[in-house]
Amino acid sequence: MIPVECYFALSAILFFIGVYGFTTRRNLIAMLISVELILNAVDINFAAINRLLYPNGNEGMFMTLFVIGVAAAESAVAISIIINVYRKFKSDSVDAIKNMKR
Amino acid sequence: MNYSEFLKMIPEAFLVLALILVFIGDFCLNKSERKNAVLSKLAAALLVVVGVVTTSVTPESAFGGIYASSAAINVMKVILAFGTLIVMIMAQPWVEKTHRLAGEFYMLLISTLLGMFMMMSSGSFLLFFLGLETASVPLACMVAFDRHRKDSAEGAAKYILVATFSSGVMLFGISFIYAATGTLYFDDVANVVTGSPLCIMGLTFFFSGLGFKISLVPFHFWTADTYQGAPTPVTGYLSVISKGAAAITLCTILMKAFGPMVEYWNYLLYIVIVLSITLANLFAIRQSELKRFMAFSSISQAGYIMLAVVGNGQLGVAALTYYVLVYIVANMAVFTVINVVEHNNGGRTDMAAYNGFYQTNPKLSFLMTLALFSLAGIPPFAGMFSKFFVFMAGVQNGDPMAYIVVFIALVNTVVSLYYYLLIVKAMYITKTDTPLPTFKSDNGTKIALALCTAGIALFGVVSCVYEWIAAAGL
Repeated sequence: MIPVECYFALSAILFFIGVYGFTTRRNLIAMLISVELILNAVDINFAAINRLLYPNGNEGMFMTLFVIGVAAAESAVAISIIINVYRKFKSDSVDAIKNMKR
Repeated sequence: MNYSEFLKMIPEAFLVLALILVFIGDFCLNKSERKNAVLSKLAAALLVVVGVVTTSVTPESAFGGIYASSAAINVMKVILAFGTLIVMIMAQPWVEKTHRLAGEFYMLLISTLLGMFMMMSSGSFLLFFLGLETASVPLACMVAFDRHRKDSAEGAAKYILVATFSSGVMLFGISFIYAATGTLYFDDVANVVTGSPLCIMGLTFFFSGLGFKISLVPFHFWTADTYQGAPTPVTGYLSVISKGAAAITLCTILMKAFGPMVEYWNYLLYIVIVLSITLANLFAIRQSELKRFMAFSSISQAGYIMLAVVGNGQLGVAALTYYVLVYIVANMAVFTVINVVEHNNGGRTDMAAYNGFYQTNPKLSFLMTLALFSLAGIPPFAGMFSKFFVFMAGVQNGDPMAYIVVFIALVNTVVSLYYYLLIVKAMYITKTDTPLPTFKSDNGTKIALALCTAGIALFGVVSCVYEWIAAAGL
């Protein structure tokens, strides 16, 4: 049986890859993918904690299911907004969409 | 499954009903000039019904405690429904003139409100998360509603990316709280939670996720761009309703689920409050764009709102609710004026446009002045009383650190007075050869401004308003 620490390490690595990607990537789609990595880290955490630490309930599994569903809805809206940005700016780079003054 | 449990969620059930009715109305009315007007009146009437129904229901918990309402939450729901009504009324000219999609706008507005209601009366992290997402995903669509404007698209992209990122961070924190306690229900979490490092890490991640939604200072970077890019009624909605709902939710979760960890999150709050109020005030001074300026003003107001939560005291919920109510009327008055000026003058929202505003539009500039005085907290307007109650709630436990924080907040009130008066100065004193032309406000603007001004003038001196809130909060 794989110890729970391994799952924690995996999800922490995924989470920080996501955070790193979100802060360094200059492309909106790449930023969205980074956010999905963060949400996947969360899913792994919830599923592993439920399975290994608290096997009597199902709360973690339900949370995982809901996170997956909501993430799909979020990325649908995010992609449609990014398409709208692309139409207006002819680019999906963060550097291009600096219309408003700092 | 026992479907009668749904009957315990009366406010939410009525909002779903309102959503369906607006959808049917949008679907069945044929495309005529009157369609948008009919839809807006239908949506406003339905929202009034929701507010009235919410005042009369007794709060219950349903589905084994996942949904747990209380009298204080019900009061907050009524206040948010009232604020949404103001947004709806003031948005009317914008929706009717520039869009053929009025039905969609009202449906999105009502579904965000539904999400906020669910989030506020959640008794478990699961329903809280669902409510938060139901509130923030349609809100991104509302920010992007001006499809022909570049700024609107840019603001929406920033908002949705930051919203998903912050909910990811927040969920990561919740997963650690789940690891430490083995449950997602607030009441059960409160029984087992301790100051273990795992819990503290979970609390910090969770707090930063919700801090993004309230736009407290280390997490505020999206605020200025999104507020500036969004259509003005949506900016108003973001700055008061969405923020108020997230603040009361953070307050309830900190008190209910993390009550035993109060000494840890109190220090977190001290730092975040001082940073929010001070930095936002300093940034607000140098803004020349009014919506951007109001964004920084709303960050500092968020700091004041969170001051009520400090110390986990009895007064906290009531002070926070009252602050949000007063903030709604004052801020919505300012945004109504910005909106009507923007639509009568080809989209101008810069501060220079307001130079000499008093010469041409004395009534509007007078009402805007009242609202700015209330935001700054000058007596006898409601803003002074709400700030007083928040300060009182902050120091009620007698913690010396809390006194220092409240003192810093007090000093910052003076700073905020300076920059609110900059606008008043521009309107009354600054001379210009080309002030904005005189224009006549439409009915929606008039009603919204009348509601807001009545609130600013009366909520402070008519004591039954605070008594109504305090009776529910204790």
